[in-house]
Formats: sequence, C-alpha cells, structure tokens
Amino acid sequence: MNPRPACDIEALADDAWLLRFGDRIDPELNAAVHAMAARLRALDPPWLRDVVPAFASLGVFFDADEDPARVHARLLTLVEELEAAPEVIASEGVIEIPVLYGGEHGPDLESSAAELGLSPQALIERHAAGDYTVAMIGFAPGFPYLSGLDPALALPRLATPRASVAAGSVAIGGAQTGIYPRESPGGWRVLGRTPWVLFDPSREPPARLQPGDRMRFVAIDADEFARLVDVQEAAP
Amino acid sequence: MRNLHVLSPGLQTTVQDRGRSGWRHLGVTHAGALDADAARLANRLVGNHADAAVLELTLRGPTLRFDAPARIALTGAVASARFDGERVPSGRPVDLPAGTLEIGSLRGGARAWLAIDAGIDVAPVLGSRSTDLRGGFGGLHGRALRAGDVVPLGAGFAQQIATPRAPAWWIDHAHDTDQPIRYCPSAHPVASALARRGWTVSASSNRQGLRLQGDALPSPGGDGVSEPVAPGTIQLPSDGCPILLLADAQTVGGYAKLGHVIAADLPRLAQCVPGQPLHFAPVDAATAHRLACAARARIARIGVMIDARLPAI
Repeated sequence: MNPRPACDIEALADDAWLLRFGDRIDPELNAAVHAMAARLRALDPPWLRDVVPAFASLGVFFDADEDPARVHARLLTLVEELEAAPEVIASEGVIEIPVLYGGEHGPDLESSAAELGLSPQALIERHAAGDYTVAMIGFAPGFPYLSGLDPALALPRLATPRASVAAGSVAIGGAQTGIYPRESPGGWRVLGRTPWVLFDPSREPPARLQPGDRMRFVAIDADEFARLVDVQEAAP
Repeated sequence: MRNLHVLSPGLQTTVQDRGRSGWRHLGVTHAGALDADAARLANRLVGNHADAAVLELTLRGPTLRFDAPARIALTGAVASARFDGERVPSGRPVDLPAGTLEIGSLRGGARAWLAIDAGIDVAPVLGSRSTDLRGGFGGLHGRALRAGDVVPLGAGFAQQIATPRAPAWWIDHAHDTDQPIRYCPSAHPVASALARRGWTVSASSNRQGLRLQGDALPSPGGDGVSEPVAPGTIQLPSDGCPILLLADAQTVGGYAKLGHVIAADLPRLAQCVPGQPLHFAPVDAATAHRLACAARARIARIGVMIDARLPAI
C-alpha cells in the first residue's frame, strides 16, 4: 500500500475549508480525495453541510455557526488518521452507460476518428473499452468529469463551440471524456449519445453517477436506444 | 388559494429562500437570496419562518396583482413601490387588500426582497424553493418570472381591509457602502495586490458572479486543475480582471484564486450596481469570524425588535 499523499488545508470561505492533496490530475490523488470524502460522509458530523470532491482537492462546507478553527482541527485529525491507516474503499461494481455512437447522435465521430487515424468503429471500441472513474461532478448539475480516457484518444476542442449539444451527448474534450447531462452550448467532440437521463432533480438520487463511481460505456444500436428511451419515460 | 399574477416581471425577479445544501457534490449550486439576512428580515416582518420563499428583485421590480389580501414586506434597496397609486413603504409590514402592487425602480442598490405572509408556495426541489437559473429547476419553472405567470401563495392573511396600512416604525439594516470589501487573501502572489487598486463593477455581472473592471492584475496563462469554489471566492481569469462569485456560483472552477470575501460582507455584493467603484481590504481569518458573529448578532437583535412590535399592529 502506497502512503497517502499529504494534504494542505486552506480557507475556501468563512464556512468552508479546502483540502488540497495536489495540483494535478492523477488517479492516486483523486482516490485519496474520494477516500476522505467517504470518511467524512460516514462520520457525518453535525456541522457538515457539503462535501465536494474535485480532481485533487476536497471542499468541506460547514454550518456557519460553527467555529472554523474547531472544524479545521477535526479535519486535521481525520487527515492524519487516513494517512496512518488508509482505507480501501470497497468497489461497488461498475456502472454501465449505454451509448449509441455516430449518426445524428454522434456528429463528430467520423471527423474525430479521421483526426486520430482510426476507423470510426475502432474509435468506438477503444472509447467503450475504457475503465472510467467519475473524478468529479461540476460545470453543470450532474456533469461527470471522467478519468481513464485512453491518452491516444485525446482530441482538441472544437474551434467554434456548438450553440446547442443534446442532453446525454458523450464527448471528448482534450484528454477528458464526459457526458452532457442537459442540452447546453459546448465545445467537446460529440461521439454519441446515451438514452439515460443523467440528472433529474425530481428523482432520488437526482444523479445516476456519484463522484468516485467506476463506470464504462456500452455501445448499443438505434433500436436499443429507442427501447431504453421508452423504458425510462415509463419509469415513475 | 391565493395567487400572485405577474403583470410585468421586472428585470430579473426570482423565487429564493435560504438556498440548497448537501448537493454541491453533484454540481448543484447553492442559489438562495443573495443577501440571506435581508430575506430573513423580510420574512420576520410578515411573521414567516426564516426559510420561507420570497421574491428577489433586481434593479427594476415587477408589477404584481394580488387576488386576495396579504401582508408584505420589502427589504434591501429602497423600492418606489405603489399600491393602486398609494405609496408603499419599505422595511415594515404592510397589509394590502386585493389589488395591484407596482414596485418600480430600486434606489441605492441593485436588489430588494419581497416577503409575503405564508411565503411563495412553489414545490421544494432538492430541499429548497430557490430558483436554480443555470440548472433550470426550483422556483417557478426553474426560471425568472415572466408576464402572465401565476405564482401560488401559502394560505395566510385573511383580514378584509379597504386600503393599505402600515405601522409608523421601520427597520433599517443598510450596509456601509463606502467601506472597502474585506477579504481573506490566498497564498497567490498577487492576492494582496487586489487591495492596492480601484475597481468598478462590470455590467456583465449576474447572480453567478460580479465581474470587475480596472487596471488588470498580472495573471497566470492557462487555467489550473479545477477545484471547489464557493460564494465569495475571488477568481482571477487570464484577462487579469477578478470575478467575485455569488450564490449561483458553479461548484468547481479552474481559475486562480485570490482568496474569499468574508461572510459579513457577502450581502454588500448583492447591492453592487454596474459602474459602481469597489475597493478591497485584507483581513485575517479570526477577524472574518469575529465580524460574521457580530453580523449575526445584529440581525438577531433586529429580529427580536420586530417580534416585540408585531403583535401591536
């Protein structure tokens, strides 16, 4: 077992501390972030309001009536405990996200494949072969930043972002891949689309993916896409 | 069933309460009234609990028709409000018969809060009635009010009165507008330089953040690795002009951070109008905590004063 990366604690707001494990995108740092987040959620101290994991840092928001110095001391103790006895987080399995690649739902598949010197089918297979982790959720409600993209599939963003990208679009932007949870403007290369609704504030839980989840993409055809859209619309 | 009928929506009128907690890890912003104290006092004036939903008004208020009597209170920037032609004062409970309230332009600040007895009765989403404008949920249909909207009100004030009536007393919790905005600097090399330059509030500011214009600060070229941000975070984008994040801030961001505006001064940011000059002063964390406690005590004292006077009206 590797030693836990050390962590700095700095003020994020009068009612929030930032735990910084590093300043780069690195699976080991991200795992330390999620381990600390899981520990805090399990302890659930009464002052805890929000736990926000990012690539290499963790935001901890607390009750504004609480003395920040006391929360700081408690966090310091927790960090030391985790460094001394790292927890192995039990894997809760791999979430499968169905994707219809190419065609009208993946307008950038062919041009992206050509740019990478691959056939469209080879790009689909390599994208779907990845073992991804939800490094963090941000930018918009339910937008997952996934780590684990094959570095050979990195693609520059579109020179001119699209005015509208469909909800569920699966895309590559730089060295990252992600899914647009909601129709929005966007500059990532859209390879396909999932029929799953990623974020619905009226459901419990509102997001299909949680920070720290492992996931992979599964290629589906148009019939399966239509079937899954129907299944989802029929759900309560 | 009481309703508010929106005859004209104003510049940006939204349903807000104390905001959403516990969902930031899913990218859900906090939202909520930009000055939570002002919204709380407006609620207190009409006898609501502190978390009841109110309307947040921006620069120019809405025109609203009440289809039943109501007790209302306006706090924040001073509104030139009229009810069927008669002036409606701010900072106190005002009983209204059914009729039309025209709020008009705000003076001395950018925002005001309108509380109505029993609160705005939209369905809570993720534990809050606040409008999440970027997420498109909460409040009324996840957006600012529009002409023709019908806003449901809780069951409340049943007194039949012929004309508006209000007590002679009022509360005034105005902020010192001339004082610098106090902030806790980060370890970033230009964090202290923020306080050595004068800034003006840009017209492209909104509930997500206040954009500042001025003599640009030296800035790192590219963005860093995205980290959590919060209302009050002072970001430094590559153009060197800082952004002060507000209640609708995204949950993570990649810009460099110069520190954070202290909690006691966050309500003052809600009142900044485009073109307004702004300057900053650094303070340490202990001072920030002391000022936050003092601000809470002040609001609590005003609340007790209100509660003592309400039974007499």
